Amino acid sequence: MSTTEAPAGGTAAPTGAPILAAAGITKRFGGLTAVNNVSFDIPTRSIVSLIGPNGAGKTTFFNMLTGLIRPTEGRITFDNRNITRSRPDLITSRGMARTFQNIRLFGAMTAVENVMVGHHSRMKTGVFGAVFRPPWVGREERQTAERARELLGYVGVKKADFDRLATQLPYGDQRRVEIARALASEPKLLLLDEPTAGMNPQESAALADFMRRLRGDLDLTILLIEHDMKVVMGVSERVTVLNYGSKLAEGAPAEVRANPDVIEAYLGKEG
Amino acid sequence: MTELRAQLSEWQAAAERVLPRWWTKALAGVLVLIGVALPFITGSQSGFLNGTIVAIAYAVMALGLNVVVGMAGLLDLGYVAFYAFGAYCAGWFGSGFFFGLHVHVGVAPTLSHAIGIHLNIVLILLAAVVICAVAGVIIGLPTLRLRGDYIAIVTLAFGEIIGVLAVNGQSIHVGGGMTLTAGNLGISAIDQPWFPGVGSFSLLDLRPWYWLIFAILLIVLFVNVRVRDSRLGRAWVALREDEVAAVSMGIPLVKTKLMAYAIGAAFGGMSGAFIGAYNTQVNAGQFQFGFSVFIVAMVVVGGIGSIWGALAGGLLLGYINNYLIPDVLNDLPSRFGLHFQLSSVSFGIFGFLLVLVMVVRPQGLFPERRRTLEMTGEVAALDAELGAEPEAGNAI
Repeated sequence: MSTTEAPAGGTAAPTGAPILAAAGITKRFGGLTAVNNVSFDIPTRSIVSLIGPNGAGKTTFFNMLTGLIRPTEGRITFDNRNITRSRPDLITSRGMARTFQNIRLFGAMTAVENVMVGHHSRMKTGVFGAVFRPPWVGREERQTAERARELLGYVGVKKADFDRLATQLPYGDQRRVEIARALASEPKLLLLDEPTAGMNPQESAALADFMRRLRGDLDLTILLIEHDMKVVMGVSERVTVLNYGSKLAEGAPAEVRANPDVIEAYLGKEG
Repeated sequence: MTELRAQLSEWQAAAERVLPRWWTKALAGVLVLIGVALPFITGSQSGFLNGTIVAIAYAVMALGLNVVVGMAGLLDLGYVAFYAFGAYCAGWFGSGFFFGLHVHVGVAPTLSHAIGIHLNIVLILLAAVVICAVAGVIIGLPTLRLRGDYIAIVTLAFGEIIGVLAVNGQSIHVGGGMTLTAGNLGISAIDQPWFPGVGSFSLLDLRPWYWLIFAILLIVLFVNVRVRDSRLGRAWVALREDEVAAVSMGIPLVKTKLMAYAIGAAFGGMSGAFIGAYNTQVNAGQFQFGFSVFIVAMVVVGGIGSIWGALAGGLLLGYINNYLIPDVLNDLPSRFGLHFQLSSVSFGIFGFLLVLVMVVRPQGLFPERRRTLEMTGEVAALDAELGAEPEAGNAI
């Protein structure tokens, strides 16, 4: 299960030990089994996609990885640590960051402030530090703000928009701010929940390039939930398909695309 | 209205061009000097000075509640509990109420052999800060999993519990024949504050009281501003705006929320202890639900989440409640041949003011910078939308 297929896009992706390993994850909401016994590995420095029809349990699975909901059964290991019942903020400080399917920026904050919040877990200022503000606290604040601006520039937000309210930026820029905010927590694993939702084909293609660049520049592993098959097939080294909460198929993009079960799940049975 | 606003911001921009960059600091310095000098203008015994002292104490409470309600977005309707805890700190640690004990730390020589616990006012204030911070955390704990209105209900209930506890505390025995509170009889003859070199405060000269509460106000303002502009202040706003996103970005929910409760409660306790000492008595009847609402009204009138708004709202309602209505306008109805005093309808007046603010200026007197940004930004976006020419093929 943990053997990794050759990378698809030609970019050399190291295939070391998995950075994240989920074993036998099950989530039941009352009588409904949203995720059923899914095992799933993410090799370090890979780009992996999770796809499936609507309601297949992808986002539920995501929420379990990030600690927002707790799995009913199973075990999640991240960076050689068991994080199965850990709190979301602790998981973030261990090096996992995410974006949301429906953008969740902090409405009353500027783009820069949003990104600065992302750096929270890497800062040390407590209440006494805040009140007495010794030199190191001022330095930490300045560095955080500088880093936030750098990141916003890196993801491609215009300088003029840095100090505007994040929720007033164009939709595509809001997605970028969300990615910058996630990057500010200095993650090892970045989880993107439908990052191309609402984007036009050019923007989606640009995002796919951006993800590869991101991995190269920041030494990241990326897990992607995506509906845009062009992006999925173009960027991922491995694709996992969920259907009705269970794992339907897993493998290199070309294999998955040819898998009759997957075709059936997406298009229905022939005849 | 928009023209007026544009004119104002133009003037402000002009002033910023002309004045050096440190002018805000200079302005703050001048305001502090005026604040310090105020009692020399009003005289040492005027009703105005008395009103000012209580108004500032209320403003300190508004600043505390603003941390919880405004910054962290946790609607706390039981803030009177911290007023009670603070006032009882003044009663417990600065009077002969615990008659079985003999504790004296830094008090006037005349009190150095009196029965009971007698601590210096500074120690009492510190005790109030600590006790209220702990009480704030305890009250905050059950609300951690709740949101919005449900927090309001739980905190409201806690406020009521504390009020009832204060009334019935006279039946709670703490040993040696002593009780927890004196109920509606009140703990009275609370010590006048005493400082070496200054001597005891007295109600014949209100100026030292004024300077004490003014110093407390400056400390609270300083802490407020510093915390707002820090990692913690950002975390509060993030939690207020979107809890799920905030915890996913690494903000510890429990710790951050409890910190807001503790800091907010500590300010309320400081103010409560001061008021207890200033009134020279603590009476269980003071701690009514209406007082919590009164403080919330200050925050709302001033502008939720805004430090300067809470200060302005606290001072404004404090002055109206403690000076304007009882001292200046109380006979107003009788001049029109009506047989009631204005102070008997004060809650009606506050209700009317609240409605007025909601209609005329819903963001409050001095809205939080973020909200101003949101509102003006929305207007700008709307303008842009209305003014933009529909251009074909310009999708990107």
